[in-house]
This record gives sequence, C-alpha cells and structure tokens, in this order.
Amino acid sequence: MLPLDARNREDSAQATSAPALSENEAEVSRVMQICNACRYCEGFCAVFPAMTRRLQFGKADIDYLANLCHNCGACLYSCQYASPHEFAVDVPRAMAKVRVDTYADYAWPSAFGALYKRNGLALALATAAGLALFLVLGVAMMGSLFHLPLAGNFYAVFPHNLLVSMFAPIFLFAVLALTIGVRKFWKGLAPGAVSGAAMAEATSNALNLKYLGGGHGQGCNESDDEFTLWRRRWHHFTFYGLLLCFAATCVATLYHYLLNWDAPYALTSLPVVLGMAGGVGLLIGPAGLLWLNVRRSPLRADSAQQPMDRGFIALLLLTSVSGIALLAWRDTAAMALLLALHLGAVMALFLTLPYGKFAHGIFRAAALLKWNVERRQPNALLLSDD
Amino acid sequence: MLDVLVIGGGNAALCAALMAREAGASVLLLEAAPREWRGGNSQHTRNLRCMHDAPQDVLIEAYPEEEYWQDLLKVTGGLTDEKLARLTIRASSSCRDWMRKHGVHFQPPLSGALHVARTNAFFMGGGKALVNAYFRSVEALGVRIRYNAPVDAIELRDGCFVAARIGGERIEARACVLASGGFESNRAWLREAWGRNAEGEWPADNFLIRGTRFNTGVLLKFMIDAGADKVGDPSQSHCVAIDARAPLYDGGICTRVDCVSLGVMLNRDAVRFYDEGEDFWPKRYAIWGRLVAQQPGQISYSVIDAKAIGRFMPPVFPGVKANTLAELGRALGLDVPTFVRTIEAFNAACRVGTFDHAVLDNCHTEGLTPQKSHWARPIDTAPFYAYALRPGITFTYLGLKVNEQSAVHFGGKPSPNLFVAGEMMAGNVLGKGYIAGVGMSIGTAFGRVAGAVAAASAKDGGQHAAA
Repeated sequence: MLPLDARNREDSAQATSAPALSENEAEVSRVMQICNACRYCEGFCAVFPAMTRRLQFGKADIDYLANLCHNCGACLYSCQYASPHEFAVDVPRAMAKVRVDTYADYAWPSAFGALYKRNGLALALATAAGLALFLVLGVAMMGSLFHLPLAGNFYAVFPHNLLVSMFAPIFLFAVLALTIGVRKFWKGLAPGAVSGAAMAEATSNALNLKYLGGGHGQGCNESDDEFTLWRRRWHHFTFYGLLLCFAATCVATLYHYLLNWDAPYALTSLPVVLGMAGGVGLLIGPAGLLWLNVRRSPLRADSAQQPMDRGFIALLLLTSVSGIALLAWRDTAAMALLLALHLGAVMALFLTLPYGKFAHGIFRAAALLKWNVERRQPNALLLSDD
Repeated sequence: MLDVLVIGGGNAALCAALMAREAGASVLLLEAAPREWRGGNSQHTRNLRCMHDAPQDVLIEAYPEEEYWQDLLKVTGGLTDEKLARLTIRASSSCRDWMRKHGVHFQPPLSGALHVARTNAFFMGGGKALVNAYFRSVEALGVRIRYNAPVDAIELRDGCFVAARIGGERIEARACVLASGGFESNRAWLREAWGRNAEGEWPADNFLIRGTRFNTGVLLKFMIDAGADKVGDPSQSHCVAIDARAPLYDGGICTRVDCVSLGVMLNRDAVRFYDEGEDFWPKRYAIWGRLVAQQPGQISYSVIDAKAIGRFMPPVFPGVKANTLAELGRALGLDVPTFVRTIEAFNAACRVGTFDHAVLDNCHTEGLTPQKSHWARPIDTAPFYAYALRPGITFTYLGLKVNEQSAVHFGGKPSPNLFVAGEMMAGNVLGKGYIAGVGMSIGTAFGRVAGAVAAASAKDGGQHAAA
C-alpha cells in the first residue's frame, strides 16, 4: 500500500504548502467535491473520469480539469444539484471562469496576461492597429488606395519582402509565446512520459472534437437540454477552414521560394483553391458558432468572456470576408483597399493569437494529452464499491 | 374530453404518458413541481435493475428471472407479491429499447459501482438526464404538460375516476394514472408513522430527506382516506445513514458516507452499537439509517483514521479532522474520556490478520460487544477523521394495492379507469428492504402498464380494465 500512503503524504504536504486558491478556483474545487461524491456524469466527457482519480483539487488539478472541459453543457442539464438546488452546481460555468484565468496566468510574457482581462478592448485595438497600419502604408506606398487595375498583383501594392518582414516575426513570436505558455501549463501537473498511443488518441480527440459528442454521439447542449451536433460541425468548419488557409499560405511560400513562381496565382492553382475552401469554412464556421453563442443558455456562460469569444469570432469573419472579397475583386481598382483590409485583419489575428480565444485550442490540446497519458496509468486510489 | 390524465412528473408518470400517447390517447400530465424541480425522485436515480439471459450492450453475463426473483424475495423477507414482482422482472428485460427510443442513453457502470455491472443498466448522466429525455419525448408526441399543478383531490364515483382537482380547478378525463410519489417529504406524516420513542423523542424530526421535496403524499393520503386498498407499513422506507450536514431535502446520492465499515460507529454517548463489519458495505448501507434512527438524538459518528483515506468514495463534505483521539472527541462535542475509552477498547480488541476490503477478511475483534466481524484495524494512525451521520429517507413504501393492470382497488375491486404507478404502489413488490435499481424497474414496468391500460380504458369507456 506504499503508493497510496505516499500519495496521502503528498496530499497532506500539498494541503499545508499549497498556495491559496482564487475565488474561481475555490468554486471549481467546491463543485468537484460534490461531483466526486455523485459521479453520474462520468459518461459525458473526460473531466469526470479525470476527477475520479483525485480526492483533492489543488490549483494544478483545477487548471487541468478546467482546460479539459469543452463547455458542452451536458453535465449542467443532467445535474440534480444545479440551481435552484442549494448546492448550485454549475460545472461548465465554474470551469469557464477558471479557464480564462489559466490563459492569463500562463501567458508569456506574463504581463501580457492582463490582455485577457479586457480582451474585447485588446482585440478591438489590435484590429484598429492592423487596419490603420496597412491603410496608411498603402496610401504611403501608392499615393492613393485607388488605382488602375493591377491584375491581382498584390506585390505591386506591398512588396513581398516587406510583407514577410512584417508577418514572419509576429507569427513566430505568437508561436513562441504560446509554446512557453503551454509548457508552463504542462509542468503544473506533469503526468509522466507521453507514449505514442497517448499522443495519437489525444490528437484524434482534438481533431474529432470527441467531447462535443456528449458521450453518446448525439452532441452537446446549447439553449436547452436537447442535444445538437451543430457546435461540433461549426467548429470543424472553423478549425479546418483555418487550417486550409494556413496550408494555402504554406504552399504559396513554397511556390515563391522553391519554384520561383510569383503570385498572383490562377484561380485553379493550389494556393487559391486551398485558400478559397478555407475562406468559405472560416465564413460558415464562425457564423454558426456566433449564432450558437448568442443563443446559448446564459446559465452556463461566463458573461465576462463574451467579448473574448465573440471578438475572436468577429475577427475570423473579418479575415474570411475580406479575403474572399479580395479574391473576387482582385482585378479591379479596389484591390489595394481590399488587400489593406485583409492584411490588417490577418495582422490583428496574428497579434492576438497568444492573447485571445485562439489559446483555448492550445491549452485544450495539452489538457487532452495530459488526460490520455494519465488514463493509461494505474489509478492510485483503491476506492471500494459503494 | 381528455382521454388520460397523468398525475405526477417522475419516471412512472412519464412512462405512462408516453405509452398512453403512443396508443393514441390525448394526454395531459400534471407535475406538482415547477419545471426546474420536475421529475420527482427519478432525478436522483442512476440505474435500472434488468433481467437478461445473455450479455446485453452495457450489461455483462446473465441475470435470469429466477435469480432476480430470489434476490427480491430475500431483501423483502417475503413482503412481496410474486405475480407483480415477476411482471416487473420480465418487463425489465425488454423495456430498454423502448427507453432508448425515447432518448434514454445507457452506459457501463460508474466507477465505484462495479458490483452491479451484471445486474444494473446505468443512465448516462443519471436520472435527471432520463427525465429530460422523457419530457422532450412526451412534448414531441403532443402530450400537454403543466408544471406547478399540485392535484389535491380526486373526484370518484363508485370506484371510477371522474375528475382531479387543483384547488378550485376541476379537470375531467376518461381515465387517470396516479404517479405522484410517496410521502417522505411530509414531516407531520413521518412523525406520526415513526411515533415517539422510549426517551420521549420524535425520531422522524431528525430525519433528512434524500428525495424530492415535492413528495408530500397528498394524493396517497387522499386515496387511502377515500377507501382505496393500501399496502405496506408507513414506517418502512429506504433509509440510509447520510452526512448530518446534508440539505433537508434533495440530498440525493452524494450525501452518503461510505467509510462505516472501515472504522467504528459511535452514538451520541460515544459508544458503539452495531457490528460495522457485518457484511460488504453495498449489502449493509441501507440498514444504517434505521440503526441510527434508533440511537439517542438520531445521530451517530463514523470514526476512521488515516489508513482509511483513499479507500472509500469521497464524501461530499470534508470530515472533522484531528491529530489525537481526544481532540477529535472534543471537536465532535462528545464526552472525551468515554470517546477515547471506546476507541482504545476497540483497538485493544482488534485481531488484525490480512486486511482486504474486497473480501470478508480475517480482521475482527475479540471479546468486544458488539463485535466487528471484518476489516477491524486499530484506529491509531493520525490524522483521525469523523463524520456525523443522520437517517436519510430516500422514499417511503406505503402504497396503494394494485393488480397486474395496475388498477387502484376499492374493497378488493379494481377500478375500471383509475390506475397507479411508481412509488405510490412500489410497496406491492417491495414491502421492505431494497436492491439497487429496483425502484426504477417497478416505476418503468407499472408506468408503462398503467399508461397502456388507461389509454385502452379511455377508448372503450372503462370496459377494458374491468373485463
């Protein structure tokens, strides 16, 4: 019984030396204590099976569980202890509040974590800055944003090397900031060695959005206790749309540097086809998610996060709409204006990648990987049957 | 005129409404609770005990009719009607496809409940998810639902249902299904049923209710007063020892404390009163409510030491924790010298062999009354923990007598158009004792029978059931 005794010692050591929980974390701890004594929701998602491997919930456990939660809502509608019960259990809301705190806590540089506190403002400023930058730059370089048609030649407006020198550092910084942040998160509760099987299953969980399936495959809850697969579908459009846009950029980069094929590319070329498909996904997906977000029951939402959620969606929509418009009118006199708008939106998106809703994907994926590592380990608890 | 009126909003009522509607009847369902408290005790349930002759989706191995029947016979000590019990058992083997059709999802047993993997099918998300699914289904089928509609009287004529009353409002229907639960939340009735003990206490005043606050037994009382045949004893109930800090109503499953067999139980006088290791906890947890009810002040204390932590389901509230026994006794407000003496006497009497909580092990006491037969280990490793426990009533067993058509009886004669299902009649099958998941089996079986028969009765003017 050594492992268990060791665990007990750890627990008590933790209890004496652990930092005090924030109000939001204390609420998750309170709720998890109730859920752990009930366990009816074990079939819905990974949060509850992960919970049953614990008796106490310290900050690292809470941050992990909060990021494992997909806010599907199934547990709230099934909860015998939800308000008006005096226990007032609301797992999705409690988790959502901690989740955004974790993005801020683990942000790098840490001072930038404050951007999550007023994320609507941060997004608006980034968007304004991105748009202003390219509009002013356009005027400065062309003398005017209206010009004779340039047959879709973007580089006649903004030279290729200028764009690379602007976007590459910002993008690489975003990658660096998110990597450092998620590493801090991972170390908070290092689950042990990552096996190939755990990695494969976590990847599959993330790519399929398994935990928006409700455990029975009929989906999650939105405005009431009815299950729907639409959130999963809209999210797929969004995620894979973004991925296709990214792929379009990568292919174009290869064309440019490896094959010396310069843009503009034909409508039937691979970068344009990928970009168009991605743009349509980024139009449909975020629009659907916004529609669901507006209709979602306020019960489980953290209203303080609406600017972050909806702001991110709006920015994605601005990116896709401006991108599609640019493609449609690239041979007209409006090309420079549309290009400036599109690049401004993309710049704002890049600037806020590590300090906005985008971070949820990174932390969620890390939490899923933790779960898939953890679930392959023997349970340290020897709870006898009730 | 309305065909079928269903009174109640839990599993049995919903099954009845679904079956009646599927049979083509117009149906109105009256739920006493507001929408957010709908579902009666069903919202606190988690599984259904199912007969099966071979492995079935979430159920492993087999659980044949005869074994189910013997289990029921044993726990009830014969206080059961074999015909009705077998009807319930057989219905449990075939009802799940119908349940799935109406949106119920099943899953393998929850962690900590593997001992019922063979016998019980768990609802994904528990009973409230089942209730939600059934409500969605009845709504989709066109059953009218009214919340905040507590029926307080039934108009009867010669054993026939005529109308239900909600205050001054009168609702007529051709047939009616009563499924409005037991009376566990009726404090005055519980007080009367349990009476006064030798110390002059009213034990029921100290009971907590694990079930819904809306089961006040208004219709059960009305029907008994109106001459309906009854079955069972009002003091019989599913009664568990639960955390004394549990809410007065709707404590549900999480208020249980599962460490009794790992330590000792002391009463208010700081003395032991029953063998904590008599048998496996799942077989014994339902006797402790009654045992605690018989102690002074209806309170007891489960005392464990650090060795027990991590070996039982985590309770919803943290235990009282202390580094010495004297400190723990003081924190509990018990007489400290007696408390320490009791624990030390227990410790001295422990004959520790090989501790194994998964079997009836050979750790026991010698020369101690009452003895602890298994899992007896000295309480000697700090920190020490204690949980104060009180009786928690899940549901009551007193009900109305029925036949296989679930008809209400008056003077031994079945009513042609008044039926009853769920906890209002579960006492026909379960006179005392309990086996996990049988309440939902009874509710589902008789809810479905009552709904179908009520629809048929409405169609042919009450001839069907009487025939």
